[in-house]
Amino acid sequence: MSPGIWWTAFWPGVAIVLLVTALTLVGEGLNDVINPLLRARGAAGPKIPPEPGRGRKAPARESARTAVTARDLRAGYRTPGGPVWAVDGVDFEIRPGESLGLVGESGCGKSSLGRALLQIMPPGGVTRGSVEVGGRELIGASERQLRQRRGEDVALIFQEPMTRLNPLMTVSDHFVEMIRTHHPQTSRKEARAMARDALAQMGVPPTRADNYPHEFSGGMRQRVMIALGIVLKPQLLVADEPTTSLDVIVESQILDILDRLRGEEGAGLLLITHNLGIVAETCDRVAVMYAGRIVEIGPVDAIFRNPRHPYTEGLLASTISLETTELQSIPGYPPSLLEPPRGCRFAERCPYAMERCTQGEPALEEVESGQHAACYLYSEATIEPAATRRGRGTKERT
Amino acid sequence: MSPADPHGDDDTPLLSVQDLVTHFPVRGGLFGGSGVVKAVDGVSFDVPAGEVFGLVGESGSGKTTLGRSILNLVRPSSGQVRYRGHDLAGLPEREMRPYRRELSLIFQDPNASLNPAMTIGEGVGHPLRIHGLARDRADARRQVCEMLERVGLHPAESFLERYPEDLSGGQKQRLVIARALITRPRLVVADEPVAALDMSVRARVLELMLELKREFGLTYIFITHDLATARFMCDRIGILYLGNFVEWGNADTLFDDPRHPYTRSLLDAIPLPEAGRRHREKTLPRGEIPDAARPPAGCRFHPRCPKAFEECGWEGRDLVDAIEERWTEVDAGVFEAELALFGRLEKAEVGREQVRFRGSRPEEIAAWLREHGPHLPTNVFAAVTEIVTDRGGVTVRFRPAYEPGEQRVAGRQAACHLYGIHPRPGGDHLGEG
Repeated sequence: MSPGIWWTAFWPGVAIVLLVTALTLVGEGLNDVINPLLRARGAAGPKIPPEPGRGRKAPARESARTAVTARDLRAGYRTPGGPVWAVDGVDFEIRPGESLGLVGESGCGKSSLGRALLQIMPPGGVTRGSVEVGGRELIGASERQLRQRRGEDVALIFQEPMTRLNPLMTVSDHFVEMIRTHHPQTSRKEARAMARDALAQMGVPPTRADNYPHEFSGGMRQRVMIALGIVLKPQLLVADEPTTSLDVIVESQILDILDRLRGEEGAGLLLITHNLGIVAETCDRVAVMYAGRIVEIGPVDAIFRNPRHPYTEGLLASTISLETTELQSIPGYPPSLLEPPRGCRFAERCPYAMERCTQGEPALEEVESGQHAACYLYSEATIEPAATRRGRGTKERT
Repeated sequence: MSPADPHGDDDTPLLSVQDLVTHFPVRGGLFGGSGVVKAVDGVSFDVPAGEVFGLVGESGSGKTTLGRSILNLVRPSSGQVRYRGHDLAGLPEREMRPYRRELSLIFQDPNASLNPAMTIGEGVGHPLRIHGLARDRADARRQVCEMLERVGLHPAESFLERYPEDLSGGQKQRLVIARALITRPRLVVADEPVAALDMSVRARVLELMLELKREFGLTYIFITHDLATARFMCDRIGILYLGNFVEWGNADTLFDDPRHPYTRSLLDAIPLPEAGRRHREKTLPRGEIPDAARPPAGCRFHPRCPKAFEECGWEGRDLVDAIEERWTEVDAGVFEAELALFGRLEKAEVGREQVRFRGSRPEEIAAWLREHGPHLPTNVFAAVTEIVTDRGGVTVRFRPAYEPGEQRVAGRQAACHLYGIHPRPGGDHLGEG
């Protein structure tokens, strides 16, 4: 084409752009209608209104000695059917150097709890109640404060490290960026030395600090991820299924590392997993979650030796171990959290269910020293009706 | 070991795999040459009708490729897969067709193996249409309903018009099983059928698989990485590592008294949900399963093996890895000094039977190796035969070694030098021999 008549191509070009855009839009529209995967997407549902004057009232003197204290913690999502409280009024604490395992079936709210502790809920998610890390309230803090405290006070280790590491940055660059964001006065050289130490502590050869994430194997990547988590010496590590994508030998190596870290760094560890065996080998205490509530919590050995809540009993019985000769399972499925059942949330699947189990909801009560269970088999304590109603949604209050 | 064949032909096993090899060519990137990934590298076993044979291994061990090679979904490079006496390996798809009805596959991820745009009725009925097993639509519908009821999705009518998306994880896996069994197969390869499910649901799906096995006279090849599930489900088990069996035999024999160090490590690593398991002593192998494109020489497990000795196949790169591993344990000062002595380890010239470190102080490197070599984190130095210095560096040489072949050890087959050196015919041997 000669340079003088460029405009001959202009209108045909515009026409092509319009045509392609139009066809793409039609295609997208058809996909929305035809593809069953996309049905019911897009509708976010009504907003969850803020709560007047709640939270921020945990006793400060007690929490000063814990890595984390959660009080009446709730985490919810907007859905077209109304708000769903994936975590619905949960209390626990973790002392420095202590590890708490959080177990339950998928959909019981354990990952939401982990996210709530870091205040990284997806769009449409809200948290209520109180979470204190190192004696300072996390819920209601500004985004700027939160950014500072994630990493310094509380760190999260994800299930799939590859999706959390930038493929275009070397491993040591990740450390330098993170350290210098939190401590701008640190020099690059100091930051690199810190990175090398943290990596060596995790068993990653210091010579590999300048490699890119894809040059590492799955287990090495998870070691890098943990090293990144601990380099700022947080008080609490939240590990969400940290070994689920790994093989049993590498899993065991990583669990040993997490265990050693707790001792060396004195950090509290919240280990979220569906694998009861991992909890038995790594944790001091265990919390069993069902349908958004903690139904049993206590020392690992006590609970594995003598589970009190029927759900814990069912979970333990259905786990397949090397000695399993007969399979057992819990009948039924967890209830919908859109409309949680009136009484005990496990009543429908419980082999010991009594009449009163469908009328009131049992509260968490101590059944043995340090071991708490929420079950009418052991205690008459009931969650006050106001608390139960809150779980239903927001209509009653408006 | 061989229960009566429900289809009773003769004594031949339902499935007999002989020296099966599946290699994938890899094209090198910008710099690398091409090579092969030895996903399956000479595996043999028989499965009598009515048995559950387990293929157990870590990811990267080749268990999925082996399962697919058996069904000819991946074309084997060599070897035989005899199904009722007919060799299926490498048959063109047209000739495979008649066998496809009898050979079925259950996938790990139900979300990925169900067509989201097909209703449940269409999806489960699809194999009937492909194989022409239904007289008409009503007949197909009746068969689908029957099968859905059988796998526990009832009332079946209510599921027919729904989409897989509407079901829970456990229900989806039941659906996958229904689709796999609707053609009434004889042999089912189940690839991690419960790995994606919750514990409480897992047991129910396994129970269902065992019931269906009894009812339809099925034979399973059960692929899993979970040893507890394998022990419960399988009659016999083969432990795979980098494309080879390291140990195989009766499931109880293997689990009660594992002989291969790898099997032992796997069993030792399983976290058990019991009281009093905190701080127990474990002997874990180091590192992770290596790249199948560059399997270690000699015994493929030797770089990780807690029991490896001088015969196991130590080679050049093992020395480099051991020095790197040492550097995670020493102080920063020692690390800096040794890094200065060796230079960047990537620059070492790594060969199979030797490794050469270039440096301006070869005598110092040699002295360091003689002093610290025996105390490195692995046993690699036991296999060093000589350390030669010249003007530009140091060359370390290793002894010849053989890849272990199978031998009978206490009632099972094992491939390990601990029980006597039996070189594997055609194996990957180091040096002359």
